[in-house]
Amino acid sequence: MLRLWRSSLNNVMLTLTGVCAVVTASALFLILGYLLWNGGKSLDWNFFTKLPLSPGDLGGGMANAIIGSAKIVALAALLGVPVGFISGVFLAEFSNKGMADFIRYTADLLNGVPSIVIGIFAWTIIVVPMRHFSAWAGGFALSLMVIPVTLRATEQFLTQVPLSLREGALALGASKWKSVATVVIPAARTGVLTGIILGVARVSGETAPLLFTALNNQFWSKGFNEPTASLPVMIYTHAISPYEDWHRQAWAAGLVLLGLVLVANIAARMVLARGAAAQRG
Amino acid sequence: MGTSPQPGLSTTVKTEPDVTQSTPSTPAAPTGPKLRASNVDFFYGKFQALHNISIEFPENQITALIGPSGCGKSTFLRTLNRINDTIRGSRVTGEVVMDGTNILQVDVTELRRRVGMVFQRPNPFPKSIFDNIAYGVRINGLARRSEIAEVVERSLRRAALWDEVKDKLQKSAYALSGGQQQRLCIARALAVDPEVLLLDEPCSALDPIATSKIEELLLAIKDQCTLIIVTHNMQQAARVADLTGFFLLGKLIEFNKTDIIFKTPAKKETEDYITGRFG
Repeated sequence: MLRLWRSSLNNVMLTLTGVCAVVTASALFLILGYLLWNGGKSLDWNFFTKLPLSPGDLGGGMANAIIGSAKIVALAALLGVPVGFISGVFLAEFSNKGMADFIRYTADLLNGVPSIVIGIFAWTIIVVPMRHFSAWAGGFALSLMVIPVTLRATEQFLTQVPLSLREGALALGASKWKSVATVVIPAARTGVLTGIILGVARVSGETAPLLFTALNNQFWSKGFNEPTASLPVMIYTHAISPYEDWHRQAWAAGLVLLGLVLVANIAARMVLARGAAAQRG
Repeated sequence: MGTSPQPGLSTTVKTEPDVTQSTPSTPAAPTGPKLRASNVDFFYGKFQALHNISIEFPENQITALIGPSGCGKSTFLRTLNRINDTIRGSRVTGEVVMDGTNILQVDVTELRRRVGMVFQRPNPFPKSIFDNIAYGVRINGLARRSEIAEVVERSLRRAALWDEVKDKLQKSAYALSGGQQQRLCIARALAVDPEVLLLDEPCSALDPIATSKIEELLLAIKDQCTLIIVTHNMQQAARVADLTGFFLLGKLIEFNKTDIIFKTPAKKETEDYITGRFG
């Protein structure tokens, strides 16, 4: 009797774990498939070359949003990566334990701040004083999300560099700073780079921080001072609109965005694999 | 290049070390001590790892430090280039004098340039063979750009590695075998012309053939620098060392010419260790 109970319990739990695993995997493939189906139908060459049209006119594209996203994300990386990287180096190599714990905890908290709050913050300190929306504000908001990711990736991969390499450099007369710059950072280079690529890719899909900062634009924006279109915000505005043709465009934009993030992920993995191969010789 | 004393160290430097062989336990050496430790204590936090170590290392000789695991021989070796400074909570007292200057008070990067170190496991940098050897020369600004290739070749020749790697200098150092990597690390240390070379169980991760190559190499370079080697392998000490010191529980028990230590040790503990009764 007891044996029967045990074996049936075992079977139930086994089935449960299997079902949950399948649900997890199928979630991704359902999203992918749905997006490919709907987006693939809508995606054409115009999407990459033309501006959005007003409702009613069929066709058009999101060239301005692709370039706009690129501008905003590049700005975010330019602002966020150096700050995150340098503080990661400080955290891993130079700070004492109390300081390191404090910074690490702060970074984790910053990482956990809801992105809409980041947007409101950037709106308050950039959009309000400037009195208009801009790519600057959008890039700044996203950079706040790039910083903690870069910091943690840098710290994690630097601390993994073995003590023997550090001692090897010090034993040749390198100062602490020189040993970090010439041996430790190059040894951790591929890992850090991978973390940064993944972090930036993750941020490029963020919508909420851009709603109050870069806003949107149906046209090309000159420089960084004007409201700027971006793919995530375009998806949002097109998807909630009542127009059939705009829905079509939103699907296409979703597919392109996912494609970009996927490419970045694969690139990051390739960088990491190549780095590992180079170290093996 | 060259080994002339740097300004920061030159206050009492003479061409001949002014330290005479006064300690009774020190055997006669051809040119007097290059390095002399007096009453060195070492602490990891509250734990005292070394007790009152006094020893003299004669110039251009190989000195082996032997003893069971945890006896402090590596800790002592690592105070000689102050690489233990990086350990939080560690503390050294006493005096370590090189060419008349207390090394515990000099600029540590300059000291480490003059006192090289080879570690237990080969630790090449994840760089090319060439860049590994050139590393110390570059960071210390010891040679002009045009001279670096020459220094690299000379160092690899001194470490008897040139013929094996001359066609793949731009390949990763990780492509070499363990024994080759260790000789690369020796070449890397030699590239900055150290006056003293510390070796911390350099062969413990190597097979017997690689080990014998390293031993030959040590005998070949001892006319150019003073060598101090920590080893677990007593045959190795007997084969390469002119002098041998026996450590036990953080104390230097006995220090003498190698054949005396191995044939007629004065202390009971030394004899027990040598004959394999413990350790």
